[in-house]
Amino acid sequence: MTAVPQEIRAEPLPMAAESRRRDAWWAEPLAVVVVLTSFGLYALWAALQNGNYYAAPYLSPFYSPCISVNCVHVTLPLIGSWWTLSPALLILGIPLGFRVTCYYYRKAYYRAFFWSPPACAIPDARRGYSGETRFPFVLQNSHRYFFWLSLVVLAFLWWDALLAFRFPTGVGIGLGTVVLVVNATLLTLYSLSCHSCRYLCGGYLDSFKDAPIRYRLWRWTNRLNARHPHFAWISLFGVALADLYVRLVAMGVITDPRIVF
Amino acid sequence: MPESGAQVTMRVWRGDADGGTFEDYQIPAAEGMVVLDVIHRIQATQAPDLAVRWNCKAGRCGSCSAEVNGKPRLMCMTRMNHFAPGEPITVAPLRTFPPIKDLVTDLSYNYQKAKSVPAFKPGPKEADGTRRMYQEDVDRVQEFHKCIECFLCQTVCHVIRDHEENKPAFAGPRLFVRLAALEMHPLDTNDRLGLINQQSGLGYCNITKCCTDVCPESIKITDNAIIPLKERVVTEFHDPVVWAWRKLTGRKKVELPVTSG
Amino acid sequence: MSVEDRFETHEYDVIVVGAGGAGLRAAIEASAQGAKTALVCKSLLGKAHTVMAEGGIAAALRNVWKEDGWDVHFRDTMRGGKLLNNWRMAQIHAQEAPDRVLELEEWGALFDRTKEGLILQRDFGGHRYARLAHVGDRTGLEMIRTLQQHAVHKGIDVYMECTIQRLLTDDGRVSGACGYWRESGKLILFKSRAVVLATGGIGKIYQITSNSWEYTGDGMAMGLDVGADLIDMEMVQFHPTGMVWPPSVRGILVTEGVRGDGGTLKNSEGRRFMFDYVPDFFRAETAETEEEADAWYADKTKRRTPDLLPRDEVARAINTEVKAGRGSPHGGVFLDIASRRDPEYIRRRLPSMYQQFRELADVDITKEAMEVGPTCHYQMGGLRVEADTAATTVPGLFAAGEVAAGLHGANRLGGNSLSDLVVFGRRAGLHAAEYALAQSVVPAVDDGQVKATTSAMLAPFETVGGQNPYTLHADLEACMQNLVGIIRTESELEQALDEIGQLRERLARVSVQGNRQYNPGWHLTLDLHCARIRPGESPVQPGLATHPRPALDADRRRGCHSLGDRAQGESRRAHPRRLPGPRSCLRPRERRDAPRRRRDARLPGAPA
Repeated sequence: MTAVPQEIRAEPLPMAAESRRRDAWWAEPLAVVVVLTSFGLYALWAALQNGNYYAAPYLSPFYSPCISVNCVHVTLPLIGSWWTLSPALLILGIPLGFRVTCYYYRKAYYRAFFWSPPACAIPDARRGYSGETRFPFVLQNSHRYFFWLSLVVLAFLWWDALLAFRFPTGVGIGLGTVVLVVNATLLTLYSLSCHSCRYLCGGYLDSFKDAPIRYRLWRWTNRLNARHPHFAWISLFGVALADLYVRLVAMGVITDPRIVF
Repeated sequence: MPESGAQVTMRVWRGDADGGTFEDYQIPAAEGMVVLDVIHRIQATQAPDLAVRWNCKAGRCGSCSAEVNGKPRLMCMTRMNHFAPGEPITVAPLRTFPPIKDLVTDLSYNYQKAKSVPAFKPGPKEADGTRRMYQEDVDRVQEFHKCIECFLCQTVCHVIRDHEENKPAFAGPRLFVRLAALEMHPLDTNDRLGLINQQSGLGYCNITKCCTDVCPESIKITDNAIIPLKERVVTEFHDPVVWAWRKLTGRKKVELPVTSG
Repeated sequence: MSVEDRFETHEYDVIVVGAGGAGLRAAIEASAQGAKTALVCKSLLGKAHTVMAEGGIAAALRNVWKEDGWDVHFRDTMRGGKLLNNWRMAQIHAQEAPDRVLELEEWGALFDRTKEGLILQRDFGGHRYARLAHVGDRTGLEMIRTLQQHAVHKGIDVYMECTIQRLLTDDGRVSGACGYWRESGKLILFKSRAVVLATGGIGKIYQITSNSWEYTGDGMAMGLDVGADLIDMEMVQFHPTGMVWPPSVRGILVTEGVRGDGGTLKNSEGRRFMFDYVPDFFRAETAETEEEADAWYADKTKRRTPDLLPRDEVARAINTEVKAGRGSPHGGVFLDIASRRDPEYIRRRLPSMYQQFRELADVDITKEAMEVGPTCHYQMGGLRVEADTAATTVPGLFAAGEVAAGLHGANRLGGNSLSDLVVFGRRAGLHAAEYALAQSVVPAVDDGQVKATTSAMLAPFETVGGQNPYTLHADLEACMQNLVGIIRTESELEQALDEIGQLRERLARVSVQGNRQYNPGWHLTLDLHCARIRPGESPVQPGLATHPRPALDADRRRGCHSLGDRAQGESRRAHPRRLPGPRSCLRPRERRDAPRRRRDARLPGAPA
């Protein structure tokens, strides 16, 4: 082989049956399909309910911030009474967009749903492939804007969590308070561990010599970023369970146990 | 682990550019053996013309890449006790590159791509004639310099593994690691973002992370090299706010507060 | 029909054989001088043995210790080499190494940094001050990648997986080289005015070795064939710390950086035995107690730990401990850093070692001690070169790196090889280009030489003898390992010569199966011929596998060559204070081009 340029040579080997992976490579994509599909169906159902999303003082995270005046618990009255659909539909686009364009979820669903590739060294399902160079996948580049918007939503979730300490009888803590605080914490960890956040905190610099604060921020987001996949899954379960808890309390199926009166 | 003295069956691909088949070899196992030892035993006792590349046999040079039971690995770092006893172990050449003979493939694609990378170009020296860089700046790039050019990431990357037609337009994970190393080098002054976005085809990568999975040096190729490059490309080419800012101010490039060491 | 019509032929001003650190640096320099340059290597580019260098590159940069300087480095190199070094080479080396290191940085290398942002330096065996610029424990990789990328950007033609088999000469001058493509087995001919050999050493003649298959002494053999001198061939360095278990990884290197960063050697009784093996030569500057030794890491005014004595001393000590029954379960000794440094520090400073032991031996070096023992590592001897120009005694032939001899004397200090590569690689490239560009006529290629080479290369396909090249190689390794190891005896050396004689006869009967396309059996057979156990050659004709011959000269026991019949220190001439001139131990030749020898030169700081 010389360094004198050569044409890229013939086709690669056709894959013989013997050289296929023999381990259970399908388990991971299968699990991703099951979890994401279940979550998607539950979230859609919950968002369309337009009811049982507030059980004082708890607001379901699927409906927060509630920005329609028709809301049971209005956070910010931005949308007039003409909006009669579920107020969840007004804001769910932000967390949805954040997760869809997330560098980690992209890996998970490109593998599990698009089969490009289903697992490492397992052939792609489709013949043609252009990656994220064309529409619609080129829109994945908007991730950093969804990150900024998510921070806004996150602020409201913390506001909700704060309000969850305020009972008619005074300040207290119920199980729902804990649920909302944990949910906000998990979503915060997920958001701040995001790759875009890491970049915006200091990753764009080539030298940190004159940027000690950005260096520390960047280091800190690096450590979080290493666990981004964990936070992605835990916060996904967290937000669904938080909605379910508020929903069950609102429906009267369970009563919220008070921990501190 | 196969007992010492027990026979293991190795199923090795024998052939050349015109095609080939898997052939079985029975070899006695010994304690601590790696796959490359077994291949050497086959060479020494049964098939003296069995072609295989190797040099250091310590995971440093990255020569002995092959697909063992369907997974791209370094043969010298794959212990035989990794496999269930009794089952034949398949050793095939890297699928992404044209076969030359047996386990040896034509890697010239990688060397040609390497030529397309503009060289390192440092800025001016410090006033005292030295080059100053700080450990916190070089840490990140040193991770990329760990690359041993085994090209396992190149062979596992489905963009070229399953889509031969993408080879001219896509440089592959190894080259992204190299480009990231230069791009984030505290002293370098060359701008390669256009190249990264266009000729190197960063957009083809759908961050499914197989390159990271197979890297024997545990370089976080996707998280630390490719995604930060994607974020830099977003700033340069896909960010509407940056675009608008440039239109307003008439600046060609965003003035990032980059300091040279 | 001339050979040039029959074979793929290329014409260059300079061809560089070997693409490790020295070859790459030589090619870069020759090309920079305006010479049309080709780089030819047996493996893929960037896979040469330089990648295996771990600890660092020695250069008196004075970033960590202002007290350091080229003269101290020079002194350490000479003392480490037991004064058998070519003093002029040691001087050039010590003086130019810092520039070469800074040049690497200019080309994109990223060494570990001091707090002030300069290149950090680490302690190593035999070096008075922390002197080794390094990148964790993968300095060689950083160096070869930097040089490789620089060479590629300079547009140097690279011929990968191409083995040079013979140098061609015209009227005593070099006129080119010929060899074969490994991929196709087709022959290739280079016409050139100058050739730089940078082919490395001979480690593959030993069983337990840190060297790769490439280390078959091609350059020494080819140089010898065209009349160059070989010197100091018996000086083979055994690195004290190679892996000893499991058997299949035996010999893989464990960097001296482990000891430089605080690791110590212990025997099965838990004793730090190196305190028992301090030779008089080093006693004045070596610590006597564990407290003193441990204090030295932070305070260089203290005396240094005996764990970091030069490699020959440590290897012999380990050998003695194991023979005395105080070894580890698998026949080595313990190298312990786990109990002395915290896990985070170990993983950061020694990432490759951590991974190597975890993957290959199931040992976590942050928790347990490593088992280590000596492994063949480096050949100090080789082609005799002129110190300033790296020229051999053959006009147009230059040599740099491990294939060249002189700099390291009887024992190389760790870290001096990487600096050797770039210092003398550059000089070889520079002077080869100067020589080539000064030649008015292209030397002619002798058809007869080419034809003789090609027929010899293809002969094993015709041979019906049934000898297996792999078995022959294993037997050669066993012979060298058992009879020409760390401690040698006259009777064993004689026996080795006998056995090598038998191997020569068997080599003539090696037959090769298969065709010429990428055929490792054939390649190994040709490499064995390079290792000069060639049939029909007189045993006096020295070669690589025959280095027992000069080793029998009892006057030369020092450094890495110890004769077991007398202890090292007892030999009256073991540590001469005077600088000996380099000498050919092999065959009488004209000395006109040999490096000049200055009588009575004193080493700075040498004991009076």
